[in-house]
Amino acid sequence: MPTLLYFARLRETFGVEREDAPLPSPATVAGLLDALRARGGPWALELAPGRAYRVAVNQRIASADTLIAAADEVALFPPVTGG
Amino acid sequence: MNDGSVTPHPADRIHVQVETFDIGAEHARIAALDQGIGAITSFTGLMRNHNEGDAVHAMTLEHYPGMTESALVEIVTAARARWALQAVTVVHRIGRLVPGEPIVLVLAASAHREEAFAACGFIMDYLKTRAPFWKKEETPVGSRWVEARASDDVAAARWSEDPEPDGNTV
Repeated sequence: MPTLLYFARLRETFGVEREDAPLPSPATVAGLLDALRARGGPWALELAPGRAYRVAVNQRIASADTLIAAADEVALFPPVTGG
Repeated sequence: MNDGSVTPHPADRIHVQVETFDIGAEHARIAALDQGIGAITSFTGLMRNHNEGDAVHAMTLEHYPGMTESALVEIVTAARARWALQAVTVVHRIGRLVPGEPIVLVLAASAHREEAFAACGFIMDYLKTRAPFWKKEETPVGSRWVEARASDDVAAARWSEDPEPDGNTV
């Protein structure tokens, strides 16, 4: 099952740092986001279309149609603020 | 498990660390590498004691271990594809910092100053928009995550004739 990681504000808002992805694989990033939004509350709010956040699959920035395989690492995080 | 990982150039040093860094030692490492180097530019980012109109008395930097390093290597690789660079150093700190402490160091070495100045600016602009670091500030009214600035996206876009989308997936 794919692993989901959350960073920074999203980790704090969702109250979770890591979990198994709640979906059968293969799936797409769009499918994963739909499954997470269906949890309601902060998930629906933070991941609503138009909110600024990023998704990485295997540590590379992904898009809505990126495929997620069983052994993949998927991360959700806010826009970056380093430097 | 980053299958697309890239290897840093052997003359480069790219490091994420808790401890502070020694700018003089980093500069000397590069200067000793190659007598064809005619210019070394440096940028040091420091922690400010204010942001968005509020006092800030400390800051904690979080990152995505693994992705951070590969993102930095990719940025430096892109700079090397644009300019003739003998060496690059990028050191970025994580953990809790107080005002006045250095956050990030970029050094770029080239035969001539134009390439070194441009590469240093390019690397910082892309680091600000692509490398997965996040800052949380401690202010008199509580802690808050720093929001990304649109001006940073504009700064990064100036290097591209054909700006890429900003990475939002929705």
